[in-house]
Amino acid sequence: MAGITLDDLAHSYLPTPRSQADYALKPMTMTWRDGGAYALLGSSGCGKTTLLNIISGLLTPSRGRVLFGDRDVTRLPTADRNIAQVFQFPVVYDTMTVRQNLAFPLRNRGVPAAQIAARVDAIARMIGMETQLDRRARGLTADAKQKISLGRGMVRQDVNAILFDEPLTVIDPHMKWELRTQLKALHREFGHTMIYVTHDQTEALTFADEVVVMSEGRVVQAGTPQSLFDRPEHTFVGYFIGSPGMNLLPARIDGAQAIVAGTSVPLDGLYAPAQGQIGIRPDAVRLAEGGPGLPFHAARIEDVGRHRIVRGQVAGQPFNVTVPEGGTIPAAPDRVILDPARVGVFVDDWRVEPQGRAA
Amino acid sequence: MTLELQGISRAIGDEVWIHPTDLRLLPGTMNVLLGPTRAGKTTLMRLMAGLDAPTSGSILWNGADVTGVRVQDRGVAMVYQQFINYPSMSVYDNIASPLRLQGVPRAQVDSRVRQTAEMMRLTPMLERRPLELSGGQQQRTALARALVKGAGLVMLDEPLANLDYKLREELRAEIPRIFSESGAIFVYATTEPEEALLLGGNTATLWEGRITQFGPTPEVYRAPRDATTARVFSDPPMNFAQAVIRNGRARLGEAEWDVPGLPDGTYQAGFRANHLRLSGGAPGALALPARLRASEVTGAESYLHLDHSGDRWIALVDGVHRPEPGQALTVWLDPAHVYLFGSDGLLARPAPYAQAA
Amino acid sequence: MDKPLNNRAWLLVLPVLLLVAFSAVIPLMTVVNYSVQDTFGNNQFFWNGLDWFREVLGSDRIRAALGRQILFSAIILAIEIPLGIFVALNMPKRGFWASLCLVLMALPLLIPWNVVGTIWQVFGRVDIGLLGRALAAMGFDYNYVNDPVDAWVTIIVMDVWHWTSLVALLCYAGLQSIPDAYYQAARIDQASRWSVFRYIELPKMSGVLLIAVLLRFMDSFMIYTEPFVLTGGGPGNATTFLSIDLVKTAIGQFDLGPAAAFSLIYFLVILLISWVFYTVMTAQKETL
Repeated sequence: MAGITLDDLAHSYLPTPRSQADYALKPMTMTWRDGGAYALLGSSGCGKTTLLNIISGLLTPSRGRVLFGDRDVTRLPTADRNIAQVFQFPVVYDTMTVRQNLAFPLRNRGVPAAQIAARVDAIARMIGMETQLDRRARGLTADAKQKISLGRGMVRQDVNAILFDEPLTVIDPHMKWELRTQLKALHREFGHTMIYVTHDQTEALTFADEVVVMSEGRVVQAGTPQSLFDRPEHTFVGYFIGSPGMNLLPARIDGAQAIVAGTSVPLDGLYAPAQGQIGIRPDAVRLAEGGPGLPFHAARIEDVGRHRIVRGQVAGQPFNVTVPEGGTIPAAPDRVILDPARVGVFVDDWRVEPQGRAA
Repeated sequence: MTLELQGISRAIGDEVWIHPTDLRLLPGTMNVLLGPTRAGKTTLMRLMAGLDAPTSGSILWNGADVTGVRVQDRGVAMVYQQFINYPSMSVYDNIASPLRLQGVPRAQVDSRVRQTAEMMRLTPMLERRPLELSGGQQQRTALARALVKGAGLVMLDEPLANLDYKLREELRAEIPRIFSESGAIFVYATTEPEEALLLGGNTATLWEGRITQFGPTPEVYRAPRDATTARVFSDPPMNFAQAVIRNGRARLGEAEWDVPGLPDGTYQAGFRANHLRLSGGAPGALALPARLRASEVTGAESYLHLDHSGDRWIALVDGVHRPEPGQALTVWLDPAHVYLFGSDGLLARPAPYAQAA
Repeated sequence: MDKPLNNRAWLLVLPVLLLVAFSAVIPLMTVVNYSVQDTFGNNQFFWNGLDWFREVLGSDRIRAALGRQILFSAIILAIEIPLGIFVALNMPKRGFWASLCLVLMALPLLIPWNVVGTIWQVFGRVDIGLLGRALAAMGFDYNYVNDPVDAWVTIIVMDVWHWTSLVALLCYAGLQSIPDAYYQAARIDQASRWSVFRYIELPKMSGVLLIAVLLRFMDSFMIYTEPFVLTGGGPGNATTFLSIDLVKTAIGQFDLGPAAAFSLIYFLVILLISWVFYTVMTAQKETL
């Protein structure tokens, strides 16, 4: 096992990239610690799969190095990297039994039979398939097959990292909960370094200690789920994390207030004057009828069970407010009041920090 | 325009795919079919569309029997999980294709294509080919093709399943708007309870070839008729535990509360993840001891996977909590959020909070 | 997925049914008719019962032809199937070279049977043929006209040249349907080349392989044109396969009755062996 270092890594699919835009993965440097759980999160085409393929050895980067521990593996083929991978669609050897499937990576490496048997039994127990060990893999359900893939990834104790490429895509919602807990338990039990690629924020946030948010080939922010939610560094992160995402309004920032379409919004701190945006999570907003606050045009209320989403507009921008189950919504809400402590200030799409406390 | 299924069933050999089903879909409604994979959603849709013939029963469209009528003559439109467009045609020609097949005059084709493209926000892409578009735009093209026909019945079979999470969220918010502009009967299949809730309208929950309940979406969500419906319509899955009732008092582990008017016996208590709390909260809340199996943090909230003497529960609580796995903790549950199901699985006592709402 | 039911679809099948009736069913019935009758000319036929069948089944000549036929098909399958798989495995997966390979491989399949025979007849001649002269120059005593072994080798090589591409193309199609993730997973699992073949490629190819084996068996078992053009069944009877023997009986000697009985038995044998192949291989597929 080893930590992973990405050193000034970049990749272009073109032989002679000219500009930044030619890079599918723009230069990045990052260190992932041994035994950590990491997620690469972004929409399709953001470069997360390119990055995963570079780590797994399917692609050689145009520039930079990949280190496993102190060892430079940039040019090593996949088989020599000692990694495991779980793919989007379950990859199982159909004609083998579940037991043979799980034993396969060990058998290929000449591990003694007794050791294989013990290890396979342990893994089968972890993935809850001990009663199906002698069944042929053909004809099992998608989630059972994906569990086998998972098990095959875990069966070697000495892997440098386990890579997951959107592993829950073909799994029903109810089974996702089970597989995710199992994954968590496996991570705790065996302590492998895990890298999980997904476009699904729930999967990324619940799985990882640290989430790397990517957009257009660039790492926009890397941090704990909490920091991504509470303090997005970039408006993209604010929009991408959370469901619905952060509300963003164009504003003129001036000291302890932001002016949105002529209305003043108090801020929790003193900011240098600038033209920018303010961002607020839908759960940090209170609806009101008349009185102070930003003028709000409500369009629709959606009851999604544990809360209701009030969709509408502020200053011509889409604006959502969530109200917890049992909370009250005014009959004709036309004002929104933002919690100053949770308003973020962005200039040129990047977060700016206050220069001092508000008086 | 109404679509009515009367005792529709479908069996292939000995295998029953759809048990006899009655369903009445009213004009201008959004109807969600919610259930896990292989519950019968697609089969039911194919029966509605006329792609398959029912083994028994009949299908009425505006009161007229259309059971044997070919799908081409039914005026239905369908959108699939895969993005199905003609790859060699431009987006414009793709959208125009159903109209041209119907022999609509050229001038009218043009105005209807442009109108639909505008509604689907495809106007800037009309000259491109589908494969040059993003997944979301491809699926919007397929949707536009389905809508342009002016079909009275539009079927959507997990149309967003192959899209990125954020795109899905955007289209989900758009679909109710598109739907209300078109006025057709929409039937929308999904495996995700959250999607059903966001779409609103009516929901039919499916389980093993049976519709377990059909009604307005929030009502099915808050007042499930049986334990199966509650299970299908909960994500995270509904938590269950055995409850014993003696003399109007229910007992779950060590906790007790009043359930006036219920006969003595053994019941199944069901409650949703977001109704478990880590602190006392409401007066009269039940204190339930549990052991932590795993925790997941989503940013502002945490999922706690719990073990309550053998029952596996999930709690969704506010804030960031990362207790050590194996740790004992107490979760609180307001009895107002508890459903009681009889031994036959039928709802014996609704959750009081849902009745108040 | 099941299809919609519409009885009008039968109307669309009708032309095919008519065509098949005229091209297959009616001629077959004529053959059945001949097989139970005898004639002394003048278009006068009389009932002969199953005598022709007895005669055909008892004929040493026909038994010998059947033996040769089975040996031939066995050799053809034993060479073409593994060779076809091998070629398919080594073809480029995509790009210009893949297209080029496909075109080259398809070429032999486009040449008419009798032309194939003629090409090899000339190619193998000792006096003017490239192959024949080259072999002679290397000191081989090669002459397919006189030597039964040389005749066999030539016919087999010709058939392999003609038909291996079919097996290869079918297998290639099967291989193309395997997602890249499987190969990547196998690399990560450090699977050997053999394991990749045995556990990934072979299972995914099994469906098309079944078709390839059936097609190659049926076709080789009925081979006529190429050996007829090349050797005419000789030297002696060395390459007189069933169909050549049949034609000799029917056209050469004009024994319509025995030839008809022979055809029917021939037909049933092919049907039977194909059915056995199919059953065994589909059962095998389940356990592969």
